[in-house]
Amino acid sequence: MTFTIPIDNGDALKNAEADSQRTLYPYVTGTSIVAIKYKDGVLMASDMGGSYGSTLRYKNIERVKAIGKHSLLGASGEISDFQEILRYLDELVLNDNMWDDGNSLGPKEVHNYLTRVMYNRRNKFNPLWNTLVLGGVKNGEIYLGMVSMIGVSFEDNHVATGFGNHLARPILRDEWRADLSFEDGVKLLEKCMRVLLYRDRSAINKLQIAKITEEGVTVSQPYSLKTFWEFQAFHNPTAGAQGSW
Amino acid sequence: MFRNQYDTDVTTWSPTGRLFQVEYAMEAVKQGSAAIGLRSRSHVVLACVNKAQSELSSHQKKIFKVDDHIGVAIAGLTADGRVLSRYMRSEAINHSFTYESPLPVGRLVVHLADKAQVCTQRSWKRPYGVGLLVGGLDESGAHLYYNCPSGNYFEYQAFAIGSRSQAAKTYLERRFESFGDSSREDLIKDAILAVRETLQGETLKSSLCTVSVLGVGEPFHFLDQETIQKVIDTFEKVAEDEEGEAGEGDAEAAAAPAEQGGGGAGDQDVAPMEM
Repeated sequence: MTFTIPIDNGDALKNAEADSQRTLYPYVTGTSIVAIKYKDGVLMASDMGGSYGSTLRYKNIERVKAIGKHSLLGASGEISDFQEILRYLDELVLNDNMWDDGNSLGPKEVHNYLTRVMYNRRNKFNPLWNTLVLGGVKNGEIYLGMVSMIGVSFEDNHVATGFGNHLARPILRDEWRADLSFEDGVKLLEKCMRVLLYRDRSAINKLQIAKITEEGVTVSQPYSLKTFWEFQAFHNPTAGAQGSW
Repeated sequence: MFRNQYDTDVTTWSPTGRLFQVEYAMEAVKQGSAAIGLRSRSHVVLACVNKAQSELSSHQKKIFKVDDHIGVAIAGLTADGRVLSRYMRSEAINHSFTYESPLPVGRLVVHLADKAQVCTQRSWKRPYGVGLLVGGLDESGAHLYYNCPSGNYFEYQAFAIGSRSQAAKTYLERRFESFGDSSREDLIKDAILAVRETLQGETLKSSLCTVSVLGVGEPFHFLDQETIQKVIDTFEKVAEDEEGEAGEGDAEAAAAPAEQGGGGAGDQDVAPMEM
């Protein structure tokens, strides 16, 4: 049995060896999360890939998890840090349940708790290398927000992380409506995920869409999107500039 | 209660299973001037009697705002009460900062009770000598709790603590069943009437009492003197009219107890630090 003895090397800014104690770069990462509010709640989509640098190493990672009764958390970035966050939240939800007093943590409370955690870690130069998406419904109020690894936090009707910000959000800005039905919401998310699949090299074609409403959380089974590669422009891509790629 | 050989230390049990120091702490609550709390489904009213050390001084603050949705009224050692109010404010604001959400009053009350319990189980500490009526709002509606120096807490529809609180309690016992559905105005009126009961004969004036309200859509705040006086006028006027009809004899009888009610002999037994 192996176990590590924790070493306190002090301040990471003053002591070079203390660097071994703080996050410097991510190792196993998840790519974009895309989430939207719809008529009955929130829909969140992610693929199931975990990249090890440029290698698409892990293909069965669930990057969207239910938190308590009212919230959904999706994460991109370092997978081990996501798992650490899930442990913090597990403890939080457990303590909340132990009170057994009719009060429960809603998505707003979880989002703010995470913002505090992320910001405080950033201030110690030891961030949790994630961008988190927090969505949920409580007492009829639909909530969707995001926290980055440096503690930037905000709410919106649709959010995305990483490449999703550049590729998915323009689509959502044009096509999102407050009264989207479940089917239309899923179609919209699939449209975004398809673009990401074509253009983000760390995306894989195995995705899950999670839904949260007043009734609770449902995470879909993993499935693949249909893709089309027979565009004429791809048949002879360098026709216009021989010798290039 | 008489002195006995088991009452020196809070960590000494008596053979009959009592902790006398804790019970003495609860006596301190009974000596403080009255504080009253009542709640409906949507509002909580806290009221207290303003007792001043002397005519020259101002009265002590006995009702504190803990947060927009929580208020506390104290009776007993006001210094202990002030310290505990500061603790409650600290807990409420820390929760608010972390979760952007108001601290449920039921949880605050448990933290407070646990804090009080610690002082009943350390030989180098003494119990807090103050009773707290904590009123607040959370997801499940309006709540009123009473926190004891013993570390116990209870939830109430209405309650009164401090000296002469039994009179107020009797009044509240008669009327509490209707409080749940009371309007805000009726609840305030009942609170002031309960305060009047503790004065036992002394004329009720708005300068003699402090009243605070909190409720759904209404953050904790104190009622100003004018508002309180207006409420007093609605029932004092009725009483005056009745007295006028009854004749002079009654008026004379009413004057005599009023003289005794003021800074009477009973108050000389109260230690200066207890209000």
